[in-house]
Amino acid sequence: MPMKPFENFRGVVLPLDRANVDTDAIIPKQFLKSIQRTGFGPNLFDEWRYLDRGEPGQDCTGRPIDPDFVLNHPKYQGAEILLARHNFGCGSSREHAPWALADHGIRVLIAPSFADIFHQNSIKNGLLPIVLDDEIVDALFALALDGDDPLTIDVDLHNLKLDAEGHGVIEIDIDPFHHHCLIHGLDDIGLTLQHADEIAAYEERRRGEAPWLFAAEQ
Amino acid sequence: MAMPRTLYDKIWDAHLVRTDEHGTSLLYIDRQLVHEVTSPQAFEGLRLAGRTPRRPEANLAVPDHNVPTTDRHLGITDPVSRLQVETLEANCREFGIQIFDMADKRQGIVHVIGPEEGFTQPGMTIVCGDSHTSTHGAFGALAFGVGTSEVEHVLATRCLLQKKSKSMLVSVDGELGHGVTAKDIVLAVIGEIGTAGGTGHVIEYAGDAIRALSMEGRMTVCNMAIEAGARAGVIGIDEKTIEYVRGRPMAPRGELFEQAAEYWRGLNSDPGAAYDRVVHLDAPSIRPQVTWGTSPEMVLPVDGEVPNPDEIEDPVKAGSYRHALDYMGLEPGTPLAQIEVDKVFIGSCTNGRIEDLRAAAEVAKRGKVSPSIKLAMVVPGSGLVKEQAEAEGLDKVFEAAGFEWREPGCSMCLAMNADRLEPGERCAATSNRNFEGRQGQGGRTHLVSPAMAAAAAIHGHFVDVREV
Repeated sequence: MPMKPFENFRGVVLPLDRANVDTDAIIPKQFLKSIQRTGFGPNLFDEWRYLDRGEPGQDCTGRPIDPDFVLNHPKYQGAEILLARHNFGCGSSREHAPWALADHGIRVLIAPSFADIFHQNSIKNGLLPIVLDDEIVDALFALALDGDDPLTIDVDLHNLKLDAEGHGVIEIDIDPFHHHCLIHGLDDIGLTLQHADEIAAYEERRRGEAPWLFAAEQ
Repeated sequence: MAMPRTLYDKIWDAHLVRTDEHGTSLLYIDRQLVHEVTSPQAFEGLRLAGRTPRRPEANLAVPDHNVPTTDRHLGITDPVSRLQVETLEANCREFGIQIFDMADKRQGIVHVIGPEEGFTQPGMTIVCGDSHTSTHGAFGALAFGVGTSEVEHVLATRCLLQKKSKSMLVSVDGELGHGVTAKDIVLAVIGEIGTAGGTGHVIEYAGDAIRALSMEGRMTVCNMAIEAGARAGVIGIDEKTIEYVRGRPMAPRGELFEQAAEYWRGLNSDPGAAYDRVVHLDAPSIRPQVTWGTSPEMVLPVDGEVPNPDEIEDPVKAGSYRHALDYMGLEPGTPLAQIEVDKVFIGSCTNGRIEDLRAAAEVAKRGKVSPSIKLAMVVPGSGLVKEQAEAEGLDKVFEAAGFEWREPGCSMCLAMNADRLEPGERCAATSNRNFEGRQGQGGRTHLVSPAMAAAAAIHGHFVDVREV
């Protein structure tokens, strides 16, 4: 699916101060029964966010919320940047996790590390995962949690920097290919199909050296 | 002289279609397994773009996550689950992909049926929209989980855009003690390196204890590579691997099989091959493992005690431990062997194969399920595992001991079907994840081996299976 090009923006930071947040927590299993790609936002972090048990297809507006969960705090309403700890997005490969985050309005994720599959799934959906050193993440948590006003950050993907309002500029590092895809909103299946001749040539060569791999066409 | 290469290097090199100037490669994917949960949006993507699968016969589909484990003849009662399974069937028909439907006796968990059918073969690249695809690495295949966008990418192009991972050698040296299994090895590995220890790496398992494992045991070890953060786990190919594949329905036959086997024998890491990280574990010192928290790295030997967060220096880690103990309803210092369970689940892509059921039955035949246990269930990994177990009389052993004998599927590993924990219920599970809510909202999961789970069912609490 082609995605929208990533535009620079200024957004509020939502600090989720937990390590090893898994994709089961990001979007619980009952919502995976959907055959759609959209509509997962109201069930993002469902078990932490609400006090009752959520069911697919349910209207979430009247459900009892847990006021202690950071997503429900008035200070962070409208946040578009999720600040997290180590190994964010571990566990299940469900792409429903980045779908839910994006559907909720999250556009950028910052953590000291991400699980591999989640990281890849995020890029495919135009979400920008940014890996920063522990010390910087610690400092951002302190700024985001402190005081009555939320921390806002200017995200400049084109020039690879973050400007944490009044607290300095942070340079970010991102894979050049991912950067290219995000900025241009590319359909990477389309990109791969531009190499269809090379794929066919590979298959032809491989069929010679390992014919049993093609014997499924029996 | 050529540089010595790892098994991962060799599979990678053999599947490279091209590499661009940024080091992003197009990797050819030999096989894809498809299930109902992570594929509908991929098929929809194909339809919207007017694309068709390249080599549809290189895919195999099966419903497993949503299927009921009782009264299969009644179909799926939950309409949302039913629609998802019907959507898979319709998509497979439309795009010409082979499917084992719910009525097919070959139906089962994707990661059980791939090897069972010989769809999984050494040296292949294999993907599935499921993180436990790492299971197939037991065959010396490069196998990893992908998201739905990548499922679509593979359907449309038979390729994936990849950067080469780093490599980690996990060597389990020496001989395992009696009553200690593949599950205990992999839980001990995760306890050692942590759930992010393998992030960005492909883990190669080696050492005497790995070589000594059956193919089923090797699958268990590779299955949970993802719980150590690694997308893939691999094990070098030996005669055990080759003999397991020989004669399976989708395996090559006759002369072609011998040609393949010759190629497979060359797919082991060369002596002197370099790894980015090397970890050694001493097999004789591994004891039966039990997880106590909400991450697979929160694991200890069964004779251990629930740890005290106040003794942890790292504040983030201490916080995780407090959260976990609160969720699990456990007090620091409690001996793991005193923890009582409500339910027992034996099954999943980690431990739902015939050898697992035999190990559990071996314990089950020496007792009865404790009256304090609300439910002890055995869910075979596939219809063929079920058939084999019944031929060996294992179903009768389980039923005589008070276990329920169910139909195959993912079941209470992730509770997408009707099998689940209720809030506060505690479960001894042979599955792979003890995350909050994984087996049902508010459910508390302890991961163990099949023998340990069966022993917990009989005693009502964890026991050291070496002593029963």
